Amino acid sequence: MATPDDVSDAATDPVRTVLDAGEISRALTRITHEILERNHGSAEVVLLGIPKRGVPLARRIARRMGEVEGREIRSGALDVTMYRDDLSLKPARALAHTETPDDVDDKIVVLVDDVLMSGRTIRAALDALGDLGRPRAVQLAVLIDRGHRELPIRADFVGKNLPTALTEKVRVRLSETDDVEDAVGIVGSVAGGAA
Amino acid sequence: MKKHLLSAGDLSRDDAVRVLDTAAELLGVAQRPIKKLPTLRGRTVVNLFFEDSTRTRISFEAAAKRLSADVINFSAKGSSVSKGESLKDTALTLQAMGADAVVIRHHFSGAPHRLAAAGWTNGAVVNAGDGTHEHPTQALLDAFTMRSHLMPDGGTGSDLAGKNVTIVGDVLHSRVARSNALLLHTLGANVTLVAPPTLLPVGIDAWPVRTSYDLDDSLEGADAIMMLRVQHERKNASYFPSAREYSRRYGLDTTRMNRLPDHAIVLHPGPMNRGMEITADVADSGRSVIVEQVTNGVAVRMAVLYLLVSGATNEEGEGS
Repeated sequence: MATPDDVSDAATDPVRTVLDAGEISRALTRITHEILERNHGSAEVVLLGIPKRGVPLARRIARRMGEVEGREIRSGALDVTMYRDDLSLKPARALAHTETPDDVDDKIVVLVDDVLMSGRTIRAALDALGDLGRPRAVQLAVLIDRGHRELPIRADFVGKNLPTALTEKVRVRLSETDDVEDAVGIVGSVAGGAA
Repeated sequence: MKKHLLSAGDLSRDDAVRVLDTAAELLGVAQRPIKKLPTLRGRTVVNLFFEDSTRTRISFEAAAKRLSADVINFSAKGSSVSKGESLKDTALTLQAMGADAVVIRHHFSGAPHRLAAAGWTNGAVVNAGDGTHEHPTQALLDAFTMRSHLMPDGGTGSDLAGKNVTIVGDVLHSRVARSNALLLHTLGANVTLVAPPTLLPVGIDAWPVRTSYDLDDSLEGADAIMMLRVQHERKNASYFPSAREYSRRYGLDTTRMNRLPDHAIVLHPGPMNRGMEITADVADSGRSVIVEQVTNGVAVRMAVLYLLVSGATNEEGEGS
């Protein structure tokens, strides 16, 4: 839901896989270490995933972070539907669950999402977060940054930068949400898209 | 979901579950330090109340304000209606002011339908109670309250399949009973209406419910029991011999409550006549979810307004 470029139906277009399960896992491990390094540990960090695929990604990062830090770390979820700027353009959408593992006041909140494109989802997330409390800082971790920003927003932690054409779609599949093996693929036509 | 909410019967099972699931998420907003969402900023919701109401009007007003809509309250008293203005002219006036949703309560059955079907307003029409016809948001909040108590894990995503609900009292004049019978049936619950024969409507055989004249027969299997208000004007209208006799045969007291299963809950749409259809002991007991119904009412009405008003209408959007 958080990704405007998500294709939910079983696309008949050929899919070019750009990240397989192992590469996704390594990217998340690297992001985990980058978050810990930047914030001098996990003490102040609150991980919040943006539904739907940001939530399992945040959970995976929390698990890795717990392994490194030697304590249990829980992640949360932040639904941004009610804060979106395109609500009046589409029929009303179902809401997802918001839950924070901890108070966000004075914490460093790391937002986690699967694909960063226009930046509008993150703008909505910042507004939603502002209604929950006042974090000391907000950082952004994404699995894929595909460019095409429409707002002055950037990611602090990126799994993979993926230059794409607007006619292409980035398809993220995670075992938790999609019942298939983890994969990131590009769907859609671009001239000379050789596998 | 349709453009308007006029009858609980208009909702499919999936529509109803969607409203309840949305309400479950919105209930969390009431616990936050900032109890407001920006979703309906710049939209106008008109509360058009031709009949007295406290909780329904306040509930709709709170719901609209929590979604950041502008709220215009209109009550027939002190308005041009007392000078003889028609529903049509009132509606056209509101349309000229740009109402995105009209929440209407009217003493005549069918007034919301007239408002929605006549093309006097472009906004979504929400029935907040019309005559003795329907009160769909009350049924939704009742179903929401039952689901959160009776279904595992708070019931998100589920309906009320197989649950037994007993509704007791003045079914004849009750829009709450009518909407609940339709909605609870849609959600898969088994509804039993209990009332004296004089207070059951003609044609009740066509409703998807069982009926009984005996409250004591209908207690043991009930997962939820809903007591309807006996309206004051009915007390002297020969529907039953006396208030005392009604209370003895159809009132819920502690003895009767103790015969309900341990998990069963007691509902009342309010306002209560303590000592008439429900004793004070029962109303204040741990089984009673009457106060919770009010809290849930705001969340359910937020969900209805969100689903009806926030998005593009189905004709413009890309479906569903």
